[in-house]
Amino acid sequence: MADTVTPRGKRPQSRFTTNNIVLYGILGVMSIYYLLPLYVMVMTSLKDMVEIRVGNIFAPPVEVTFQPWIKAWSQACTGLNCDGLSRGFWNSVMITVPSVIISIIVASVNGYALVNWKFKGSEVFFTILIFGSFIPYQIMLYPIVIILRELGIYGTLSGLILVHTIFGMPILTLLFRNYFSSLPEELFKAARVDGAGFWGIYFQIMLPMSMPIFVVALILQITGIWNDFLFGVVFTKPEIYPMTVQLNNIVNSVQGVKEYNVNMAATMLTGLVPLIVYFVSGKLFVRGIAAGAVKG
Amino acid sequence: MKTFKLAALLATVAVPTASFATDLEVTHWWTSGGEAAAVAELAKAFDASGDKWIDGAIAGGGDTARPVMISRITGGDPMGATQFNHGQQALELVQAGLMLDLTDVAEANKWKEVINPPSLLDSCTVDGKIYCAPLNIHSPEWLWLNNKVYTDLGLPVPANWNEFVASAAQVEAAGKIPLALGRQPWQSNLAFGALTIGVGGLDLWKSINVDKNMDAAGGADMLKVFQAAADARKLAAKSTVQDWNQATNMVITGEAAGQIMGDWAQGEFQVAGKVAGTDYTCLPGMGLNAYISTGGDAFYFPVTGDAEKEAAQKRLAALLVSPAVQVAFNLKKGSLPIRGDIDMSTANDCMKKGLEILASGNIVPAGDQVWSPDVQTQLGDLQGQFWSGDMSAEDAQAAYVEILKSSM
Amino acid sequence: MSGQTRPVRVLRNLNAKIAAVPMILTTLVVFVGGTIWTVIYSFTNSKLLPKLQWVGTAQYERLWNNDLWNAAIHNLLFFGVMSMVFTIGIGFLLAVLMDQKIRFEDTFRTIMLYPFALSFIVTGLVWQWILDPGMGLQEVVRRMGWESFSFDPLHDPDTVLYGLLIAGLWQGTGFTMCLMLAGLRGIDEDIWKAARVDGIPRWKTYIFVVIPMMRPVFITTLVLVAAGIIKLYDLVVAQTNGNPGNASQMPAMYVYRYMFTAQNLGQGFAASTMMLLSVLIVLIPWAYLEFGGKKRG
Repeated sequence: MADTVTPRGKRPQSRFTTNNIVLYGILGVMSIYYLLPLYVMVMTSLKDMVEIRVGNIFAPPVEVTFQPWIKAWSQACTGLNCDGLSRGFWNSVMITVPSVIISIIVASVNGYALVNWKFKGSEVFFTILIFGSFIPYQIMLYPIVIILRELGIYGTLSGLILVHTIFGMPILTLLFRNYFSSLPEELFKAARVDGAGFWGIYFQIMLPMSMPIFVVALILQITGIWNDFLFGVVFTKPEIYPMTVQLNNIVNSVQGVKEYNVNMAATMLTGLVPLIVYFVSGKLFVRGIAAGAVKG
Repeated sequence: MKTFKLAALLATVAVPTASFATDLEVTHWWTSGGEAAAVAELAKAFDASGDKWIDGAIAGGGDTARPVMISRITGGDPMGATQFNHGQQALELVQAGLMLDLTDVAEANKWKEVINPPSLLDSCTVDGKIYCAPLNIHSPEWLWLNNKVYTDLGLPVPANWNEFVASAAQVEAAGKIPLALGRQPWQSNLAFGALTIGVGGLDLWKSINVDKNMDAAGGADMLKVFQAAADARKLAAKSTVQDWNQATNMVITGEAAGQIMGDWAQGEFQVAGKVAGTDYTCLPGMGLNAYISTGGDAFYFPVTGDAEKEAAQKRLAALLVSPAVQVAFNLKKGSLPIRGDIDMSTANDCMKKGLEILASGNIVPAGDQVWSPDVQTQLGDLQGQFWSGDMSAEDAQAAYVEILKSSM
Repeated sequence: MSGQTRPVRVLRNLNAKIAAVPMILTTLVVFVGGTIWTVIYSFTNSKLLPKLQWVGTAQYERLWNNDLWNAAIHNLLFFGVMSMVFTIGIGFLLAVLMDQKIRFEDTFRTIMLYPFALSFIVTGLVWQWILDPGMGLQEVVRRMGWESFSFDPLHDPDTVLYGLLIAGLWQGTGFTMCLMLAGLRGIDEDIWKAARVDGIPRWKTYIFVVIPMMRPVFITTLVLVAAGIIKLYDLVVAQTNGNPGNASQMPAMYVYRYMFTAQNLGQGFAASTMMLLSVLIVLIPWAYLEFGGKKRG
C-alpha cells in the first residue's frame, strides 16, 4: 500500500485503498442517478423531432439545433397566444422578488420574537404554524379565495404576495427560530441591559449575525415561489401569470405530437433561475444550514 | 416634476380603457391544434367588430381549467366570458347571481326560434331567464378508424363496432394497437357511454339516463355493455398515452387502428391533412345505432358590475350565435352548429353525417345534461379503474348502479 | 395589585407583540380559521358553492365507502413510509460519505442538490419520460442487446409507487443530505477523538454516538419530509396522474378532484378534514415532546 503510483500529493497512501474505491464508487453511481435527467433534458432539447423519434433518449444529438429553445422562449402557442415563455418571465420576477422579501422579513421577525420575546401562548402559535406546514395547499384554496375576496385583493399581485407570505411562513419561521435559539443568549441579555428595544436588537445584533440563515431562506423561497404553479394560476389572471403557468400551458397544449424537445427546453428555461441560484450559492446554503438552522 | 411625470404616465396608461373598444378576457380550455384554429375564428370576428378578445387559454383540459374559472368568479375577479360544457357545471354560479342575464340578447336575436335542438337553450335557462350562449354541439359517440391500417392488411374497413372487434386480432397480429385510448378517466367514461348507445341501444340508454330506471342499469342488457367494454379494454391494453389527442394521433399515424372519441377528434385529422372517407372513417353511434348526444360548449358571462363591459359581453354573446361565426367556428372545430338554418355545405363527410343525424332528430341529451358533475366524476373514476385494471364486468356494473343510486 | 400590573404587562413587550401580529393573524385566521371552516362545511352537502345545508356525517360515510379514497390512503401510507425511510437513510449515508474529507466535495454537493431547485412538475415529466418503456431506459437497454430486459414501473399497478419513489428521491435526497451534513459538521471533533481513544469502530460511533446527538437534525428533516409527503400532488399529477387504475392516487388529488371537478365541496372538505386529522395525530405527540420536554429541562 505504501508504494504509490503518483508521487505527488500529501496523502499518497490513502489514494487507492478499498475504502476510497468504495467511497468514490458510491458517490459516482449516485452522481449518475442525479445527473441523468439533466443530461436527458439537455440532449433532447437540442434534437429535432425526427431524431427524437428514431434515436434513443440518451444518445447525444447528431445535429445540434437551438430551434426548440427559440420556440419555447418566444413562439410556442397556448390558445391564441404564440409568444412562448417570454411573457411569463417578467411576471415571475415581479411575483418572486416582493414575495421573497416580504415573506423573509415577516418570518425572521417571527423567529426572533419566538425565541427572544416569548409571550403567553407564543409556542401555541408556533405549533399551529408547524401544523400549517403540513396542510396540503389544495385544501386551503377555498378559504383563501374567500379571504382574498373579502380583502378585495383577489386576482392582484398583492393578493398573490400575501398568499406566498402566508404559506412560506411555517417553514421559514421554523428555520429562523432554530437559528436564533442557537445564538448565545448573553448577547441578547447584554443588549437588553444597555437599554436596546425590540427593533434595536433585531436590526443591530440579530440581523448582522444571521446572514447564513438569510441565505438559506432566500434560496428556499426563490425556488419555492418561482416554481409555484397552483397559486399562480388560481389567484392571478392571464396578464400576470407566472412562467410556470406558461410552462404548463406549453407542455399540455398538445398539437398533434408532443414536442418533447420544446417541452424540455421550456422546462429548463423555467428552471434556470432557481438552478443558477443553487449553482452560485450552494456552498453558502450548506454553511447556512450548518450555522445552526438544524438545531432543534 | 416627479409627480407630474407620474401623472402623465398614469394618463397614458389610462387612455386605452377609456376608448370605445372594450377588452374582454375570455377563458377556455381549447389548446389542441384544431381547437386553437377554431378559437382564432371567434377572436377574429370579435376583434373585427371593434372590441378586443384577450385570450385566456388554460391548457390541460376542463378538469384543470374549471377550478381556475370557478375560483376567479367566486373570488370576485371574473373574466369577461368563459367556456363551460352544456349542462349543470355553472348552475350554482347562475343561482348565486354571478352570471349575466342574457335574456334581452336572446330575445333580440330570436334564440328560441333558431337554436336547434331546443334542449341546448333549456340548459342555459334558469327560472325562465337565459344565462349562456350555446356555441356548438359535440357528440361523443364516434368510432374513428385509420383506413390504411386495414387496406394494408387486405381487410375491409369495419363498418361498425362488431366488425371492428372481429378484425382486431388480425390488427394486433400485425403489430398495431387495435384501440387507442388516453388514460384519463373521462376518456374511459366517454368510450363506455359510446358503447352503451352503440351496443346497448337507445332505449336502454334513455331508460337509465333519462328515466333513471335502476333495474335497467343493473339488468342483463347493461351487463352486455359492460362485457363489451371488458373486451374493448383488452384491445386498448397497450395504449399508454394520457391526452385524447395523443391517442388520436396514434390513429392518424397508423400506430393504432381506431379510437372511440367525440367528433372533436375530427379537427386533429383535419390539421394533419387527412381526408374523411379516404384516409379515415368515422362511424357515429359506433356504426350500430346512428344516434348522437348533444353535449358541447356554451359561453357564460360573469357579472362584472361594469356597464361598458356588460355591453361588450352582450355583443360577444350575440356574435357567438350569429350565422357567420357559427359556420366559421364549427368548420374548424369539427363540431356541429347550434342552429339549423345555416349553410354548412362546405362541411366534410364526417360532419355531414353528424348534420344528417341532427336534422333527423336522432338525438339524446349528453351525460353532463342528465347527471351532476359529481356523478360524472364518480363514473369517470369507476371507468378509469375498470379500463385499466382487471375488474370483472359484474363488479363494475354493481359499482355503477351504486353511483347512480347515490345521486337520487 | 393585579389590576395595576396588567396594563403595564400588556404594554411592556408592545413592539414584540406588534411584530408578531402577522404570525398571529396567519395562524388564527388562515390555519385555524380555514381549518374550522373546512370542518364545518364537511357536514353539509355543499356542491359548487359552500352552503350550510346539514347532512350530518353522510359525506364521511360516503368517503370511507369509496374505493378511490381508500386506495389513495393506502398508497400514501405505503409511499410515505418508503419515502421517509429512503430519504433519511440515503440522505444520511450520503452525508457520511461526503464528510470523509473527500475531494470535489463542492461538485458532488451541487450535483446532489440541484434537483431540489426544480419543480415537481418538471421532475414528474422527466422521470415519466425516462421510465417510458417505448423510448426510455428499457428501450435503450434492449437496443444494447439485452432483448428481454423489462423495466416499466409506471404502467404496472404493483410497481407504480416505486416509479414515483425513484423520482421523489431524486428530487429530495440532496436536500436531506445537506441537512444531515450540516448536522454532522456540528458534532464536536473531540467526540471523534474520544471514540478513537476508546477503540470504538467508526460505524459504531456513528450509530450509537453521532445519530443520537443529531436528534434535532433528524426531527427537522422528519418534519420537512413528512410535510412534503402529505402534500404530495404535483409530482403524481405530472408523472402518472393517478394511473394505472387508481394505483397511484393520492388523498390530495382526491380532495382537489371532488372539490372542483366533481363540484362536490362537501365531499372534498370531508376528505380534507380526514387529512388534517391525520396530521394532528402525528403532530400532537411531536409538540408534546418538543415543548413538554423543554420545560422540564
